[in-house]
Amino acid sequence: MHVPDGFIDAPVSVATGAVAAAAVAVSLRGARRELAGAAQGSGTGAERTAPLAGLVAAFIFAVQMLNFPVAAGTSGHLLGGALAAILVGPYTGVLCVSVVLLMQGVLFADGGLTALGVNITDMAIVTTVVAYALFRGLVKVLPRRRRSITVASFVAALVSVPAAAVAFTALYALGGTADVPIGKVFTAMVGVHVLIGIGEAAITALTVGAVIAVRPDLVYGARGLTAPLELRTSPLTAPAGEPAAVPAALADEPTAVPTAAAPRRSVRRVWLAGLAAAVVCAGGLSYYASASPDGLEKVAHDQGIDAKAKDHATKDSPLADYSVKDITDPRLAGGLAGIIGVGATLAAGTGVFLVLRRRRSAGPGEAAAPAAERPTPEQV
Amino acid sequence: MGAGHAHKLYRHGHSPVHALPAHCKIAAVFCFVLIVVSTPRAAVWAFGLYALLIAAAAATARVPARFLLQRLLIEVPFVAFALLMPFVAEGPRVHVGGLSLSASGLWGAWNILAKGTLGVAASVLLAATTELRELLLGLQRLRMPPLLVQIASFMIRYGDVITDEMRRMRIARLSRGFEARGLRHWGVLAKSAGALFIRSYERGERVHLAMVSRGYTGTMPVIDATTATRTQWTRAAALPFAALAVCLLGWTL
Amino acid sequence: MDPLSTTAPAPSLAVSRLAYAYPDGHQALFGVDLTVGRGERVALLGPNGAGKTTLVLHLNGILEAGAGTVAVAGLPVAKENLAEIRRRVGIVFQDPDDQLFMPTVREDVAFGPAAAGLRGAELDARVTEALTRVGMADFADRPPHHLSFGQRRRVAVATVLAMRPEILVLDEPSSNLDPASRRELADILRSLDVTVLMVTHDLPYALELCPRSVVLSGGVLVADGTTQQLLCDEELMRTHRLELPFGFDPRSVDVPL
Repeated sequence: MHVPDGFIDAPVSVATGAVAAAAVAVSLRGARRELAGAAQGSGTGAERTAPLAGLVAAFIFAVQMLNFPVAAGTSGHLLGGALAAILVGPYTGVLCVSVVLLMQGVLFADGGLTALGVNITDMAIVTTVVAYALFRGLVKVLPRRRRSITVASFVAALVSVPAAAVAFTALYALGGTADVPIGKVFTAMVGVHVLIGIGEAAITALTVGAVIAVRPDLVYGARGLTAPLELRTSPLTAPAGEPAAVPAALADEPTAVPTAAAPRRSVRRVWLAGLAAAVVCAGGLSYYASASPDGLEKVAHDQGIDAKAKDHATKDSPLADYSVKDITDPRLAGGLAGIIGVGATLAAGTGVFLVLRRRRSAGPGEAAAPAAERPTPEQV
Repeated sequence: MGAGHAHKLYRHGHSPVHALPAHCKIAAVFCFVLIVVSTPRAAVWAFGLYALLIAAAAATARVPARFLLQRLLIEVPFVAFALLMPFVAEGPRVHVGGLSLSASGLWGAWNILAKGTLGVAASVLLAATTELRELLLGLQRLRMPPLLVQIASFMIRYGDVITDEMRRMRIARLSRGFEARGLRHWGVLAKSAGALFIRSYERGERVHLAMVSRGYTGTMPVIDATTATRTQWTRAAALPFAALAVCLLGWTL
Repeated sequence: MDPLSTTAPAPSLAVSRLAYAYPDGHQALFGVDLTVGRGERVALLGPNGAGKTTLVLHLNGILEAGAGTVAVAGLPVAKENLAEIRRRVGIVFQDPDDQLFMPTVREDVAFGPAAAGLRGAELDARVTEALTRVGMADFADRPPHHLSFGQRRRVAVATVLAMRPEILVLDEPSSNLDPASRRELADILRSLDVTVLMVTHDLPYALELCPRSVVLSGGVLVADGTTQQLLCDEELMRTHRLELPFGFDPRSVDVPL
């Protein structure tokens, strides 16, 4: 997804640069808080920030090189925004991904120097913030179990990638330098990124699951969830259907949730609100959408040995600096694609959620297996 | 400073460009790229002049053309995209050898290719003539927050260590007869990634202990403070100023 | 070099009735008493989980004593003295990669003294001196990860020597070293005139370097004596899971002094 120089015009580049700088400044403060509380009492946040955030950045840098084979010789890799947000918190996440992007731009010329603001806004800020907001929201409404964390991670990562694509399209609408209609850009970007998002989601969820199985205390997004998890493993304490929250699950919720109905209702509300927002979004954006699905996705596929390459290929769908002339084109296809993309996302999330609910009511013994999708003890 | 890959980027040398302080070079390259980006795409000759400027800078830095061109390969995905644009874009069509191409698409492709390539070339030149840690110190002198610089230096310092750990995990997987072939194996790989995160985080905690043990209180002691002389700034400014002249010409002509 | 002549009469390290429990409730130390005189080299032996690392982290105030006191050259380890304590106690951690966090060897060695306020020529001199003492002066401008493991460990020692510590605390100094690097490190340690506390499982190394040993087991000191005497005490060794390498007989060794 690294935007090179010349894709976005100078004013928008400068503006996003300012946005990125402000976000990084805020994150520097926030990260101190996030990294302070983790372990022994000796360190203050300021002391711990540099080494910990640096190591997490190095981790993201490394894990982007870890290839996940898809099929027939192709493979994908992690972008890491959602993973970072969930594991170390949103501020540190923004900070680490920004540092990775900065270094990639300065050292490897991967992503233009003037496009740094665009890249950080898009890939560090949007992915991380969207992922974390969604993750926290889901964790709040889902039953308090490890599996919920996995599910929430999945959905958060799944949505974060197309969200970045949408953000990119918006930036493109403002300051793109080529003559491709926004509708095409939007269709191509969101379409491809929903696919990428699925891969990202699977990897993120599995990775978070793997960490939470070994060091639950290191998963920032799941702090406060570990104690009740262990209580629930006893086969006698939790009859079916009892709300998952054991007292003290989260410090600010000292009393148990009365019945299962309450969470269910609130969950439904969240989903309805989310769906409405998504449809509004998709509808609004598709106002600009035009054109039939075009060659971009296909190229992205042929092109794409890995997710990143796909990114490059599509990201660059430009739109003219002086083009609003093509709005007359059919917008329907683009709009539909947008709605389908968001819909698919929601559907996947809901499906997983329903499965989870069924499993939860199936019996307390379930809870003992925190992450059944973790396979053989192959890790080293 | 460098991680191993950084060493492949950096070309040791003693040219006048190598000798310039890093912050001058960073500022110069940044301004240069910004100017290039603001140049109207119709001024084709201006981009030719920019390319000559880069070539001149590369020659002064004694960076061989071959090296520069190889590093430009990072741009390939964009080239693929740019080549596609004439087919996708809207607007009046031009017919070339039986293909119907969009005129504005052709311009767009040219715009991206030219600006992107110049941007990459300038960054490559910067990375090739500036040591990694100089780059970081340069960023710090350009008022990047010190904490950010610290994080970046830790990332660079431990990037190799962690990549190495990842490689060892892979070898360990391979030697137990596991080879990831498809979706089914994602779980195993993700477990490796999870383990890698735990190791990284724990190492971060140990590094923190080691730092605190030597009196760290949150700020890095400034060990050497280089400043740039006026002549050095002037030399570094040669590139962006020449580019600015070209750019202004491009707008007026 | 004379580290700190002003407080000469006080022992380098005085630990008294030190107890500590981790925040999760697990108690690791149950009242440790240990005094190390100036210039002594002492080996701290003990099975895994005996509390050795916990003890070490108390010596420079990274962990705060739950009960009891630690004093370094007469200065109690307490919040208000932490900066000075951390200058006086040089801990060499087990993994040199953790310790060498700066981009070049020179900067890494300079980190401690610079954090203490040293600048300019004085700082350079301090760095050169420390690197020379471990035989790494020629590597000052190299990035740490380009060095061999043994070289990194020696640089790690230099990083704390540069702070002119009162006491050098080494966590498993011989681990992962090939025999030649191991001997080189031993030569270096012997040549230093600082107090040394060495945490190790490498009993022959302890015998070679440290005239005196203490055994920490179950959070208390269970033995204190000459290294040779302790290693020959089969009963003690067996009880505390200390094992000599195959074919090694501590009785047969002429201990260098």
